[in-house]
Amino acid sequence: MSKIIEQAKYTCALGAQQSVLAIPRAIPIIHAGPGCSSRQFMFVSNGSGFQGEGYAGGGQIPSTNSSQSEVVFGGEKKLADTIEGAKKVIDGDLYVVLSGCTAGIVGDDVKQVAAEAYEDDKPVVGVDTAGFRGNNYKGHEIVLEGILNQFIYIDFPKANVRKGLVNVFSVVPYQNPFWRGDLEEIKRLLESIGLEVNILFGYESDGVSEWKDIPNAQFNLLISPWVGLNAVKSLEKKYGTPYLHIPTLPIGLKNTSSFLRTVGEFAKVDKDKVEEVVAYEEKKYKQYFVAFGDLLADFASYLPYHLYVANDSLYGLAFADFLSNELGITPKLFAITDEPDNKSKDFVINTLVSKNAEWDGKVVAEGDNRVIQDLIYQIIKKEDTKSLIIGSSWDNELAFETDSILIKAGMPISDKVIINKSYVGYKGGLTLIEEIYSGLFEKGMITNTTHADKDLKEKTCPNA
Amino acid sequence: MSSDALKLTEVEVRDRRLKSILSFNGKASELQEYSRQLKKPEKDRCFSQCGDCAQMCAATVTYHIKGAAVVVHSPMGCFANTPNNNEATKHAALERGIEPFKVQTICSNISEKDTIYGGIKKLNDAVHTAYERFNPTVIFIQSSCAAGIVGDDIESVAEELTDELGIPIVPVFCEGFKSKIWSSGFDAAYHGILRKVVKEPKEKKKDLVNIFNFLGSDTFTPILGKLGLRPNYLVPLADVETIEKMSEAACSTHICETLGTYITKVLEDEYGVPKVHAPAPYGVEWTDKWYREVARLTGKEDIVEDVIKSEHERVLPEIEKIRKELEGKKVYIFAGDSYAHNIASVVSDLGLEISGVTTLHHDMRTDGEDSEHSTLQEMIDVAGDIDRFTVCNKQPYEVIKILKELKPDFMIVRHMNMTILGGKLGIPCLLEGEINVSAGYDGIVTTGKRIKHLLNAKKILGTLAEYNEFPYTDWWMNEEKLYF
Repeated sequence: MSKIIEQAKYTCALGAQQSVLAIPRAIPIIHAGPGCSSRQFMFVSNGSGFQGEGYAGGGQIPSTNSSQSEVVFGGEKKLADTIEGAKKVIDGDLYVVLSGCTAGIVGDDVKQVAAEAYEDDKPVVGVDTAGFRGNNYKGHEIVLEGILNQFIYIDFPKANVRKGLVNVFSVVPYQNPFWRGDLEEIKRLLESIGLEVNILFGYESDGVSEWKDIPNAQFNLLISPWVGLNAVKSLEKKYGTPYLHIPTLPIGLKNTSSFLRTVGEFAKVDKDKVEEVVAYEEKKYKQYFVAFGDLLADFASYLPYHLYVANDSLYGLAFADFLSNELGITPKLFAITDEPDNKSKDFVINTLVSKNAEWDGKVVAEGDNRVIQDLIYQIIKKEDTKSLIIGSSWDNELAFETDSILIKAGMPISDKVIINKSYVGYKGGLTLIEEIYSGLFEKGMITNTTHADKDLKEKTCPNA
Repeated sequence: MSSDALKLTEVEVRDRRLKSILSFNGKASELQEYSRQLKKPEKDRCFSQCGDCAQMCAATVTYHIKGAAVVVHSPMGCFANTPNNNEATKHAALERGIEPFKVQTICSNISEKDTIYGGIKKLNDAVHTAYERFNPTVIFIQSSCAAGIVGDDIESVAEELTDELGIPIVPVFCEGFKSKIWSSGFDAAYHGILRKVVKEPKEKKKDLVNIFNFLGSDTFTPILGKLGLRPNYLVPLADVETIEKMSEAACSTHICETLGTYITKVLEDEYGVPKVHAPAPYGVEWTDKWYREVARLTGKEDIVEDVIKSEHERVLPEIEKIRKELEGKKVYIFAGDSYAHNIASVVSDLGLEISGVTTLHHDMRTDGEDSEHSTLQEMIDVAGDIDRFTVCNKQPYEVIKILKELKPDFMIVRHMNMTILGGKLGIPCLLEGEINVSAGYDGIVTTGKRIKHLLNAKKILGTLAEYNEFPYTDWWMNEEKLYF
C-alpha cells in the first residue's frame, strides 16, 4: 500500500513521459491536468542532475491541459485534437499518449483514441499512467507494455531471428540518474564480446528503428531485479525469444567479469573471445586498483567499512554487491525505495543475501526517505563506525552530521550536474572508488585532529 | 467582490472572476481595448504544449511560511519534491536576515484504492503525521485533481482537525483542472489564509506596509525606510503570528499585481487595510506614483516629494551611465501577466528597445483596480505601445516563431523551463527568479548590471544553438499562423 511521503524518491506513473523522451525521436503527448507534465519535468530536471529538456521534453511536451470541461464531458475529443496537432507540429517517429489522473478517473479511452490516430509512418500508442496507479517505475513498465502491444506486436508480428542480436532492458531513464552513461557502458561491454545490441533508450540508440528490430533478437537481456520483467516475459510469449535475467547491474571487476561470462554463455558466444575481453579489462583494472593501494594502506583506520543504501532495488543491489564483495564495506541498512510488489521484494532480498556472505544488516522497503534517514541515524549512532551512504541530495545533512561519506546515486540529485557519468562496468567501479575515497578529504586533510575539530566541520559543511 | 468573500469555501477562479485569457496576438493597446470591454479577443487553442497548474502557485505561497506544514493531498506526481525547496528557503532567509528553516511538506500519496473508496482516512493520517513530525503552528491541506474529482471533503476534515489539534488547518482548493489560469492558485492559497489564519486587527500599525511577495531579498526596508515606514513581507518566510496580524497594517501593496490582486482587495474590504492603488514600484515613474500613493495612505505626504527628488538625484545619473552601456540593445520579455508589464517599465528606463512581450496569461480585469489603471495601461503609458504583444501559457512552439523573427539581443523571462527556448536560439535570458531586487529606483540599476553580465553568455549559448536541433516540423516553422 502506498504510504505517506515526506522526502520523495520517485514521482507518479506519469513520470514515464521521461521514458518516452529517452527513445530518440519519440514524443510524449500528455492527457492530463495543465501542470502534470511540467511537474514531472521539474522533478527530473532539478532532481536528476539537471538533465534538461533535450530534443522534445520540458515545456515542449504537447498536453491537453485538461480543465473543467474535459472532466465533466470527457476529454477524448480534446485529446484527438492534441494528437493531431502534435503530429503536425512536432517531428517524431513515435507518439506515446500518457494519461493522468483526470482522464483516469473520468475514464477516457486513451488507447482507443491513440489507435484512431495511428498512421504507419507516425505510430501512436496510448497508455493509462494516472498518478494514482503507482510510481514511475510502474509507469515505465506501462510504457514498455504499451509500445510493444500497440505498435511492435501489430506491425511486426513475426520474428526473423538474427544470431548475436540482443535487446537490453535495464535502467529506468532519468529515474536512474546515470541511465545515459549506464546504457552506453552496457552497450560497449556487450559489443566487446561480439554481440549486436538494441539498447533501445539513450543517445546510442537508433530510436524507433531499433524498437522495430526487437522481434529479431536472439535473446532479451534484463538487467534489473523486477522492472522490465513483464516486458521480457511478454516477448518470450509473443516471439519465443528467450531471456536472460541478471538482477544486478555489474559494477567493478568481479561483477563485470561474471556478467560478461554469464551473458557470453547464454548467448553462446565463443568462450575464448569472452575470456580475451575479460583478461584485457581485468589487467587494466587491477593496475589501477593496486596503484591506489597506498592510500588504502595509509588510511586504513579512517576508511568507511559500513554501508547504508537508500536507493531503488536496481542500483541498490548493484552498489551493495560491489561495495561489500570487492571493497569490504558491509551493508548495515539496505532500504529499497522503488515499491516493488511483495514477490519482487522477496526476490531482491534473496538476491542481496545470497550474494553477501557477511550480511547481518536490516532490509526495509520504504518510499519515504525521511523514514530511512531516521533509521540510518539510529544505526550509525549505535555502530560508531565510519560509514558510506549511497543516498541522494536529501542526505547531505545526515552525512555531515554522522561524518559519513555520501555518494549521491539516486533521485533526487539536485546539487550535481550529471552528463555521462556511470558507475557501471569496470570503468564505473573505478569511478566509484575515486569518489568514495575522495570523500575522505571533503572536510579537509585527514589527521588525527581533523575529526575532532567541530568548528572546522561546521564551517565547511557543504549544502547542509 | 462583495465583502462576503470569506464566507465562501472557495474563491472563484480567474477564468470567471477576472475573465482571464490565454491567447492574444496584436498590439498592447488593442489588448487594453479588449480588456476595457471585457471582450475575449481570440478563441482558445486546439493544440497546446504543457502548461502549469494552480497547485504550483499555491505551493509557492504556502510552502515557505515559517512554522507551517503543508499536506499535499494527491498522488506522488503532484508532490515529487526535491531538496531545492529547502535550499531556496534557506538562501532567501539568509538574505532577509532570518534564521534559516526547512520546508515541512508531506504527501498523502493517493492510490487507486483511495480514488474508489475516498482518500479521507489517508488525509487524516497525513495531517496527524505532519503534526507529530513538525510540531507546526498551522497546517495547509492542498487539494489535487484526483482528490477534487473523487470529491474528498477536505473542508470537513480541516474543521474537525482544527478542533482536535488546536491549530488552524487550512484547506487550499487548488485543483489543477479547475482553472486554466495557474495564477488562480495564488488566490486559492490566500483565500485559505484569509479565512482561517488572518485575525481581526487589535491595533493599527501606522508605519507597517504589507508587501505581498515571493522568496525575495530585503529591498523594501530601504525603499520604505525613506518614508519612515517598515515592510511586512508576506507570506513566504513570515511566521503565523505575522500573518495573523496582516490586518493591522497601514496599507497593502505587492511586487506584482498578478500575485497580490486578490488578497490586497479582500484586506481592504474586510479589514479596511487600504490597497495601494498604484502600479508596483518598478521603473522610475511607477516608483514615483507608488511612493506618492503609499505616502497618501500613511500620512507621509509632507516628505514624499523630497524623498522622490533626492532619490532621483541619487539614482538617475547611475541609470544614465548604464543606459549608455546598453544603448541599442533589444529585449524580449516573456513573463507575467503583470510582471511582464513591470519589467517593461524597468527596461524602458534603461533605454532598451522592447522588441516584443509575451505574457503567460492576461487578467482582463483585476480585483479592485479600474481598467484605466491596469498595469497594462500603465505600461503603455511609460514604455509606449508595443506592436508585438502576445499572450500564451508558455507554448514554445509559438514563441520560437516570434523570436526568430524579432531576433532580440536578450530576453527577460520569469518562468521555469522557458529560458532554454532562448538558450537554444543563442539568446541570453535573464531569469527573473528573485524579483524584489528589481524593485525601486535601485532595482533599475541592479537590473541594468545583471543585463550587462548576462550578455557575456552569448558565446556559450551560441555553442548551444549551434549544436541544437529543434523538434518543430518544417511545415510548422513555415506556417504563418502563430497557433491553432
